[in-house]
Amino acid sequence: MRVSIVGAGPAGLYFSILMKRLDPSHEITIYERNPPDATFGWGVVFSEGTLGELRDADYESYIAITDSFARWDAIDIHHRGRLIRARGQAFSAISRKGLLALLQRRARELEVELRFEFELSDLDGYLDADLVVGADGVNSLVRSLRAGVFKPHLDTYPSKYAWFGTDLVFDAFTFIFKETEHGVIQAHAYPFDAELSTFIVECNDDVWERAGLGSLSETESIAFCEQLFADELDGHRLLSNRSIWMSFVQVANQTWHDGNVVLLGDAAHTAHFSIGSGTKLAMESAVALTNAFVRHPDDLDQALIDYELERAPVIERFQQAARDSATYFENAKHYVDFDPVQFSFNLLTRSGRIGYANLSLRDPSFVRALDSWFTSGRRDADTLRGIAPPPMFAPLAVGERMLPNRAVLSPPVNDGADHGIPSAGRTEELFEASSSGVGLVLTEPVAVTAEGRITPECPTLESERHAQAWRRIIDHLHSQSDALIAVQLSHAGRRASTHPHRLGVDLPLGDDGWPLVAASPLPYSPGAPIPKQMDRSDMDRVRAQFATATGHAAAAGFDLLELNLAQGYLLASFLSPLTNRRDDGFGGSLEERLEYPLEVFDAVRAAWPADRPLAVRISASDWKRNGSRVDEAVALASELAERGSALFHVVAGQTVVDGTQVEYRRSFLTALADRVRSQAGVPTMVGGYITTIDEVNTAVGAGRADLCILESQAVEGGPAIR
Amino acid sequence: MRIGVGLPNTISGAGGDLLIEWARRAEDGPFSTLAVLDRVAYDSYDPFISLAAAAAVTKRIRLATMIAIGPLRSTAGLAKLAGSIAALSGDRLTLGLAVGARLDDYEASEIDHRNRGRRLSEQLAFLRGEWPKSDLGPVAASRDGVEILVGGASGPAFARMARYADGYAHGGGPPRAFARAAASARAAWSDLGRPGQPRLWGQAYFALGEEDGGGEYLRDYYAFTGPFAEKIAAGNLTTPGAIRDLIRGYEEEGCDELILLPTVAEPGQLDRLIQVVA
Repeated sequence: MRVSIVGAGPAGLYFSILMKRLDPSHEITIYERNPPDATFGWGVVFSEGTLGELRDADYESYIAITDSFARWDAIDIHHRGRLIRARGQAFSAISRKGLLALLQRRARELEVELRFEFELSDLDGYLDADLVVGADGVNSLVRSLRAGVFKPHLDTYPSKYAWFGTDLVFDAFTFIFKETEHGVIQAHAYPFDAELSTFIVECNDDVWERAGLGSLSETESIAFCEQLFADELDGHRLLSNRSIWMSFVQVANQTWHDGNVVLLGDAAHTAHFSIGSGTKLAMESAVALTNAFVRHPDDLDQALIDYELERAPVIERFQQAARDSATYFENAKHYVDFDPVQFSFNLLTRSGRIGYANLSLRDPSFVRALDSWFTSGRRDADTLRGIAPPPMFAPLAVGERMLPNRAVLSPPVNDGADHGIPSAGRTEELFEASSSGVGLVLTEPVAVTAEGRITPECPTLESERHAQAWRRIIDHLHSQSDALIAVQLSHAGRRASTHPHRLGVDLPLGDDGWPLVAASPLPYSPGAPIPKQMDRSDMDRVRAQFATATGHAAAAGFDLLELNLAQGYLLASFLSPLTNRRDDGFGGSLEERLEYPLEVFDAVRAAWPADRPLAVRISASDWKRNGSRVDEAVALASELAERGSALFHVVAGQTVVDGTQVEYRRSFLTALADRVRSQAGVPTMVGGYITTIDEVNTAVGAGRADLCILESQAVEGGPAIR
Repeated sequence: MRIGVGLPNTISGAGGDLLIEWARRAEDGPFSTLAVLDRVAYDSYDPFISLAAAAAVTKRIRLATMIAIGPLRSTAGLAKLAGSIAALSGDRLTLGLAVGARLDDYEASEIDHRNRGRRLSEQLAFLRGEWPKSDLGPVAASRDGVEILVGGASGPAFARMARYADGYAHGGGPPRAFARAAASARAAWSDLGRPGQPRLWGQAYFALGEEDGGGEYLRDYYAFTGPFAEKIAAGNLTTPGAIRDLIRGYEEEGCDELILLPTVAEPGQLDRLIQVVA
């Protein structure tokens, strides 16, 4: 086979080596526009996981690479003058220049033809090769020549970074966070040989603007960074090698090959440098492409399809993790007030690839310090507790109540209420939830009046009779477990008067239904009646109903009351610009949209016993164009915290029926709870398809949420023991 | 996990007699369901007409659209089709609906492509809501008479599924792709407060034996996806081992019903599949 490779980076060189090993009769030429010793960047990182693959693929280059490795097993985090070290993080790095030199040597040894300083402007004249490989990097010419087929998607990240070297040899992968007058600036640094380390400086674009970094010359930029990181650099210099400020570009392609032209390495895919995987992914892709030719030696099409099918899902996973990691650094300014141990745990678990359980294996003493700090507020060696429960089992004070742990169940409704009174079946479901070991049980929406029910089977707290029915249930639950019981008080607004959820949600009752009220006369779902726009007397009446129902909830003995301000229900219809069209002082600006929900909140707070905590369920995003976003949720949470809300249950979506751009996946609400918690400085509770204890320990330990709602299946069933 | 089989209603050149014979043999085979696909601008049988024909020669097997493109029909028309097949078959219909992926199906049907999501939501709301009380009978005798699935991979599609359907119809792929979609479906189900779990249906293509043409058919059928057609063709299961591996993989990920869709319209294909899954 005749192979033309464009680009002599790690991907192109390594692929040439592997193909020559596969069959020495392959004729392989690499075209590289730079001279052989030109290099950009300093060192590149490999995880231990990659090394096995390299060893199996080509033992000679594996030996050469690993002989020149710098290795470490710790991550150091510099935060507010403290140094936190987490062990068990095996990584290695190599100078990019050294890596290229040894790959060039190995390629020549295998008789690959290397043509440097060879600039291509098109592929004419190269296409008669059996295979043309575009391994020409993030700004790939090959990719742009065939953009119509590859359909590349280039996503430019908002932060700025500069890639420096330093003659300080770190002994760990090192993160340094600096709080400057302009904002947070951080460094990612790691050693890559006996003399040098990579030192990447990164900050958000607004910080970069304020600090005036864009207008500094290269020398001035270096001076700025040397001064900023003077303590950690300890007298050492920063070195530049065309170290200019850049924005990271994430490359993805809809398809990776076109006829006999295939993309490899950064030309095909990039992942943000903060997970240190770019070179690793490029070289693994070279292995996968070669293996595809092992499987299909005589069928180029099949080989290229196979290569893409194998790699695309892996790349997608890494890009998701890289995106989450980059987002963490973009938001770092909101975490700098964390205690150093929690700050570090949050950083280590930022990409979702490592959680509490995994870290417990990597560095048991680090996790022990986290556990100890979490329950006692202490972390120093002399105050460290011998053992402490993991974060999920740390008690939590909410207002004046103490929750025994951080797990919450909100069991789905199988058996509904009759005339607003919970059925025996529902009582049993709540009982099972409260006996499961969780710290809190949260009810389904309980309506303030019959008019505010979602379905005819919804429970209410409209009368003293209803309060008494709940009282019996709660007394029973309290007598059997330590779990606290929270009522979710709501008025369904324009989502009221629908069929029970067994067949579907938001299915209007039609003629059997009752009239609806909302902020504006907009039907919620197809076929739903138009709600009445609430006038002042409606608003007074409903506010009074909330207060009355709150009194009933108190009499019933609920430990905590959660007021529902989300999910498109009545109070949410005032909050979102998508559903509030009023111009009477209760709609328009955020302040005006908040007006009525705050009135109701105040009435509920006044009616709820002062010694019992009040929580709110708020929507952190409508997930829809022109809808509410997280900044409004942060403002709302701050306002409600001042007015006496002790806990914020963060949800999102369901403001309108169609076109909600939600990405359903595991823990899909945790990032939003994190934003509200860190930016408004309030305790949060979050659900969103959390199915494992590890997700709870990770989210709670990292300070993304204070309480996690588990899916029911997480506490059901048991191991197969017979 | 139950195993169903596809009726070759979208393989060009399949004769009417073959489809009827295929339905009869599927009924006698180890399959829970007989499923059809839906395409307008392609040489293929209408999915509902195909299921009506199958209903006439079967008594036991469920009949499913996997999926039908809802917005190409009027809501009333869709209800009439679903209700009629449910009545003709003795309440054996599973109605899988989605917005589909092809613009030319919409153009050929003179339907606006832009509002497809909202239209499908309206259709589902009607089928699940007003239909029994409307004059658009026959209406299924029981809820299971028209079991509803929704397909699609976007957030809005999963939300639509959880809001209106009994379960999710996955579009195909290796078990890990199914697992990701299943997690999304379960997350959406919980988010909307539905009790229990969504029913999860998967599908995969197969061609067994020496008969050629499976890959060609898939490349042609999916030509509109561009280079992706090759990847779909590469996923065609062509050995008993590959089929058994996929069945095991889907079962492990919690699939309730897996539909194996033929890519070669030859009766021998069905016989060979029966040997593999029996």
